[in-house]
Amino acid sequence: MTLAEQLDAGTGTTRPPRRRARRKSTALSLPDRIVLLLMVGIPAVVHIALVWVPTIGSIVLSFSEWDGIGGLSDIKWIGTKNYVDVFTAYPRFWPAVAHNLIWLVFLIVIPTAFGLLMAVLLDRKMRFSSIYQSILYLPVVLSLALVGFIWQLMYEPDKGLVNNLIGQVGHINWLGDSSINLYAVLVAAAWRHTGYVMLLFLAGLKALDPALKEAASLDGANSWQTFWRVTFPVLKPINIIVLVVTVIEALRAYDIVFIINRGRNGLELLSILITDNIIGESSRIGYGSAIAVVLLVISLGFIITYLVQVFRKEERS
Amino acid sequence: MARPRPGQLPTLDRRSVLKVLLAGAGIAAVPGLAACGSGSSGAESKTVTFGSNYSDPVPRNALKAVLDGFKTDGLTVTANTKDHNTFQQQINNYLQGHPDDVYSWFAGYRMRYFASKGLALDISDTWTSLGDSFSAAQKEASTGSDGKQYFVPFYSYPWALFYSKSTWAKYGYQPPKTFDELITLGNKMKADGLTALAVGQADGWPQLGTFDQLNLRTNGYDFHMSLMAGKEDWKGAKVKAVFDNWKRMLPLYQDNALGRKWEDAAQGVLAGKAGMMVIGSQQIGQQFAQKLDDLDFCAFPTIDPQWGTDTVEAPIDGFMMSKKAVNVDGGKKLLTYLASAPAQLTYLKSDPTSIAASSKVDEGTYNALQKKCVQFVSEAKHITQFLDRDTDPGFASDAMTNGINKFLGDPNSVDSVLSGLAEQAKSIFTG
Repeated sequence: MTLAEQLDAGTGTTRPPRRRARRKSTALSLPDRIVLLLMVGIPAVVHIALVWVPTIGSIVLSFSEWDGIGGLSDIKWIGTKNYVDVFTAYPRFWPAVAHNLIWLVFLIVIPTAFGLLMAVLLDRKMRFSSIYQSILYLPVVLSLALVGFIWQLMYEPDKGLVNNLIGQVGHINWLGDSSINLYAVLVAAAWRHTGYVMLLFLAGLKALDPALKEAASLDGANSWQTFWRVTFPVLKPINIIVLVVTVIEALRAYDIVFIINRGRNGLELLSILITDNIIGESSRIGYGSAIAVVLLVISLGFIITYLVQVFRKEERS
Repeated sequence: MARPRPGQLPTLDRRSVLKVLLAGAGIAAVPGLAACGSGSSGAESKTVTFGSNYSDPVPRNALKAVLDGFKTDGLTVTANTKDHNTFQQQINNYLQGHPDDVYSWFAGYRMRYFASKGLALDISDTWTSLGDSFSAAQKEASTGSDGKQYFVPFYSYPWALFYSKSTWAKYGYQPPKTFDELITLGNKMKADGLTALAVGQADGWPQLGTFDQLNLRTNGYDFHMSLMAGKEDWKGAKVKAVFDNWKRMLPLYQDNALGRKWEDAAQGVLAGKAGMMVIGSQQIGQQFAQKLDDLDFCAFPTIDPQWGTDTVEAPIDGFMMSKKAVNVDGGKKLLTYLASAPAQLTYLKSDPTSIAASSKVDEGTYNALQKKCVQFVSEAKHITQFLDRDTDPGFASDAMTNGINKFLGDPNSVDSVLSGLAEQAKSIFTG
């Protein structure tokens, strides 16, 4: 049957395109779209609700005067007056900014350097390395509030460990003297931060190719030269992480000073001023929000710098 | 030929999973709803809830004894006790959330603030039957800006210059009548090997009391209250004079004042290592405890003869009702009980460092300290409540606390401290 054959051939040639079209149109069925929408949408909603709404709310409230009592209709809008007052008529503000900056510089310099040193030393194949790592890391598992409590005991003028060790019983008030207490607290914060930095660097050093060190040795480099010319440059990604972690620690420092003296008498930090004005007896919501926005702007400075670097790196790769 | 449909099964599976998830969410929601329902409708009319900041052991036990003695119409009191300072800091949120029927609080500006904000219940009708138990000054301290009563006084305690009787007898000290005599006495104490003035400012509030004493003696009651209301210039000559007088006292201060807790400072007075302390009778009395017989006091001395010692600082602690009280009738009965002599005497039996607010209390049961306190307060022409109760809470806790800390740490910074206070006062009071 030649006609029948021709007809069959004709229908055969026209079917494949239709089938392909159908498959394409059903690549994402309605249920699939719903599932995908939920998986993306729910986290997005949570993120917007818990991060962006409070942030924008804080920015908006910073232009208001409100004591937190009553409804939103009781809010009085006063433009930028809160910012002017914070910058010019709040004696605690600039000391708090200075203290946060000191905190940042100190954490970047001292605990980071010490943590790096510990990491390099413990990275060698030595006996009891694990024990030393555990000992140095232990403070990291303590909350900063607990660290504050521990160091309060150590710094006690009459019965504290520090004064008794150096023979100054009753004389030096490490936490009560506003000219030295910030540094005393920084030592306590460093006690905890060092272990964290050490751990990060140890992770980086584990990934270091031993062949690089061997090559350097063959070229006659000593330990010092090997470290600065081979090890440290290779650790650059870890350095960036350590820097970010340190900035975060410095900007969000709060619990350790609050436990010690509620952030007074030389221990003012921006976070303390925010809570004193919003949560404390003051109930100056607008004023505290303005300080919160200042802290946000400072944080954004560091965040944007970091993100620019990350994106630039991704573009290269 | 019929072919099986390979895509159908996966699609069905996804739908089934979604249905299960939604059903699970529905089931999970049920317990929460049930809990909410039972919570809102379950309050009993036989229970009065009581929010308390009497968190230290002595006052806590004393108050428990008082509440145990409340036996009216079969009512039961449920006490929720919170740390003293935390209660004070969070009270704004507390009163707007789910407050207890009755709660402990302070007289004066802090009470009027909540009354004017609509967070406290008007109890003027309760005062109708209480009026003859209290003085005009106490009623004024319990009255809001609208002329209605919102507060029931329970007890008060005077601030003064406290010392150990035996220590003073040992060294032959006499109460100073003038500020110059105080300085002379302090120097003699130092020469005798004692700390002259015991000071512990770690909590931030104790030295507010010293400012009050100095200002009341330097500038008098009217200026003090005007300053507390934000109507005076903190950079003015009168306030400067207060801090100049304060500078004269600073050499007598205990070392490390800013880092010490007031409890430790008071222990120094008890132990005979410190000569005297500006503090309230309740605070230092609780530290003396079993040795209360050894505790004595005198008025903070005269600075300007025009005012003499005519004003006494005697904070009044008491109770208020929440606007949102569930059991209003029971709460008012509790307040009536708390205003009675038996209730206040029950409290003071466990904590004999204060004096009852009610005038119907039999003072024959008082110890020597309390009798002296009663006389001290009754002879006063004016009574103040304490800086952080007489002024805006933000100004007190933020501006004043930190300003005074700055001054104590660096007395020569007084000009910048006062400028800072003036600017913050302007920002806060003319908001």
